[in-house]
Amino acid sequence: MAAANPAIHDVHDDHDHKPQGFLDRWLFTTNHKDIGTLYLVFSLTMFFIGGTMAMLIRAELFKPGMQLMQPEFFNEMTSMHALVMIFGAVMPAFVGLGNWMIPLQIGAPDMALPRMNNWSFWILPFAFLLLLSTIFMPGGGPQGGWTMYPPLALQGGVNVAFSIFAIHLMGISSIMGAINIIATILNMRAPGMDLLKMPVFVWSWLITAFLLIAVMPVLAGAVTMLLTDKFFGTSFFHAAGGGDPVMYQHIFWFFGHPEVYIMILPAFGIISEIIPTFSRKPIFGYQAMVYAIASIAFLSFIVWAHHMFSVGMPLGGELFFMYATMLIAIPTGVKVFNWISTMWGGAMTFETPMLFAIAFVVLFTIGGFSGVMCAIVPADFQYQDSYFVVAHFHYVLVTGAVFAIMASAYYWLPKWSGHMYSETWGKIHFWSSVISVNVLFFPQHFLGLAGMPRRIPDYNVAFADFNMISSIGGFWFGASQLIFVGVIIHCVYFSKQKATTQVWEGARGLEWTVPSPAPHHTFSTPPVLKPGMLAHDDVSH
Amino acid sequence: MAQTQGAYYVPHGSHWPIVGSLGLFGTVSGAAMWLNDSPGVGKPIMAVGIALLVVMMLGWFGTVIRESVGGLYNKQVDVSFRMGMIWFIFSEVMFFAAFFGALFYARELVVPWLGGSGKGAMTNYFLWPEYTAAWPTNGPDDIGGSFQTMTPWGIPLLNTLLLLTSGVTLTISHHALRAGHRGRTIAFLALTVLLGVIFLGFQIYEYAHAYGHLNLTLGSGIYGSTFFMLTGFHGLHVTLGAIMLTVILFRCMKGHFTRDNHFGYEAVAWYWHFVDVVWLGLFLFVYVL
Repeated sequence: MAAANPAIHDVHDDHDHKPQGFLDRWLFTTNHKDIGTLYLVFSLTMFFIGGTMAMLIRAELFKPGMQLMQPEFFNEMTSMHALVMIFGAVMPAFVGLGNWMIPLQIGAPDMALPRMNNWSFWILPFAFLLLLSTIFMPGGGPQGGWTMYPPLALQGGVNVAFSIFAIHLMGISSIMGAINIIATILNMRAPGMDLLKMPVFVWSWLITAFLLIAVMPVLAGAVTMLLTDKFFGTSFFHAAGGGDPVMYQHIFWFFGHPEVYIMILPAFGIISEIIPTFSRKPIFGYQAMVYAIASIAFLSFIVWAHHMFSVGMPLGGELFFMYATMLIAIPTGVKVFNWISTMWGGAMTFETPMLFAIAFVVLFTIGGFSGVMCAIVPADFQYQDSYFVVAHFHYVLVTGAVFAIMASAYYWLPKWSGHMYSETWGKIHFWSSVISVNVLFFPQHFLGLAGMPRRIPDYNVAFADFNMISSIGGFWFGASQLIFVGVIIHCVYFSKQKATTQVWEGARGLEWTVPSPAPHHTFSTPPVLKPGMLAHDDVSH
Repeated sequence: MAQTQGAYYVPHGSHWPIVGSLGLFGTVSGAAMWLNDSPGVGKPIMAVGIALLVVMMLGWFGTVIRESVGGLYNKQVDVSFRMGMIWFIFSEVMFFAAFFGALFYARELVVPWLGGSGKGAMTNYFLWPEYTAAWPTNGPDDIGGSFQTMTPWGIPLLNTLLLLTSGVTLTISHHALRAGHRGRTIAFLALTVLLGVIFLGFQIYEYAHAYGHLNLTLGSGIYGSTFFMLTGFHGLHVTLGAIMLTVILFRCMKGHFTRDNHFGYEAVAWYWHFVDVVWLGLFLFVYVL
């Protein structure tokens, strides 16, 4: 895509020959940049498929009463929207960014295991073909929520086996991708690129990859137990046979909570790249940022049951998980304050990536605060399964993860494509998104506190006004994303404004030393690090 | 672009990954159709999928072996492979952890609760007042009918000794490889494969005995579920490990490995030791305790 640009006249001995045929280029590729592009395009496609489902959900909820669809289809939409957005949009976007940027940021010629890198990606389209095809099967797709709690999920029809196998495939893809990223970061760094000189984005991915390898197999185990319970007569989740449906929830959330951080830690990394660039200052407290990410990752393994406070647990368990969850606010607070301190006194400019990054800091923090509210056991008995929870996790996932991905797209698009995007349209996209997303999700806090349950197609007329506001915000936010696509297409294919090598005045790091667009092969011989080249040369502060 | 000697080897395009994806897709979609009462369609699709996976592995590993023997890999590539294998084994550890976790949770919490202790008092009182907690159990509804368990001190103990011995023979073989004794390397590696196969034979006999005489089946409540899923997945991994060892045995015979450069051998050895350690956990927590 970016490669279609004929205007590359770089005179690097690193001859920029890429495969000519379409299949050679995209199907058989072992190039980290091409695979990164594949991931990102796939992610954007899934973002719109999942987004269409969200639009249908908001259309049904526009006013009370049954409007457009059968309740079964509504349940399919909520379940599929989550699966598609989590496994199809957010995670592949981060893997795509990792693929593109990690080798460029650490001075590696490619990913450590390039052929496996191809396989990690090319499993995904098949996994989603399997998952999405269940919508058209007799009985429709999964309707029991993305968490697939038994016994409800096991009462599904044809879709159960298909969706479980789809999740297995996604897991295989994620594990291979994560193994590749760890091997790349630990083994492929340019000489002199010590661990504590790496960009924070690379650090965040190193820790995220560890989380992925640790918990994706646990999800595989959990859904395998679902499969054998349904088809092979096991009793893992049947009380009559000595099992327990709640046991599924424990195993699932042992995966599920680290999964939440898998979807936010790379976002932390991205924000930690962008804010220093546009503040023209090194990041404040580099080492603290790294240790904060590591602490959050550690804590993510001991907080899972806060997703199930109301399910019935011994009191000691409730208290342990409550306090452990609240501890997470400490390293997260370190990060938020460090981002603010980085901006403090900086020569700031507000290009689109910076706008998204600042919106991230503010809005993610709102999502973090509502998370602390949910962590309080007695209060959570009220919030559980209400729209308050929906508002909470959409603040951290949409204005958190998705905003960070958009920030990163604007930030690195000039490096990928060799052209500048339209700053005007970027800003229009930003302001349209940031206003509409709050119209969309903020009223959902009120709905939840007033008692509106999640995952229902119809509701009490008392909730009518806020739902209509939320739906209007939803359609607006959805439409705003068309601007995003327009900006990308314009930038890649039509923009006349060439990007410089450094792109952004305040940018530091190895990825800003290669030409824009980045040649097909970079750092075939390791770069020689010079003082001032890295953002974190001197980490004594 | 096969890069020059000394640089990190970055292979150019490969069609094996997409063959593997098609294979996986065929395998799981065929399996899903089979499970959904269309075995007529599902089985052939699954067979094609598995065949594609086998072809993919032969082709992919063949390419890697040719590149390795051809001297394209430097020390750094070797380290990448090592990291890949270590983290793959870690992911396997976590997969087993899910099933061990289910076993511990069921034994320590679920069954006592069903018997009326702790937070389960009301469940017990209203649903199954007759049920008293015990292990092994097939639950308050006696799912699958009454059954007996395997005694740990017969075949399972024998199997433990077999696997532990296979770990020793493999290590002897590895030391011989490093010392350059080709004959001893091959002999002890072959012995390791043999021990693995005998283990699997006993395991099959044990399953037949459990189903035929003890009425212990996958459907025997939570005990049968955890017993067969844990030992079954372990057996699957032993099978895989034995196949890997056999491949390595043939590669030893062909002289692929040198004293200093035999990562393929070591990776399989790591995998075999991992399978060994999982068995020790199984023997202790599934059979003995």
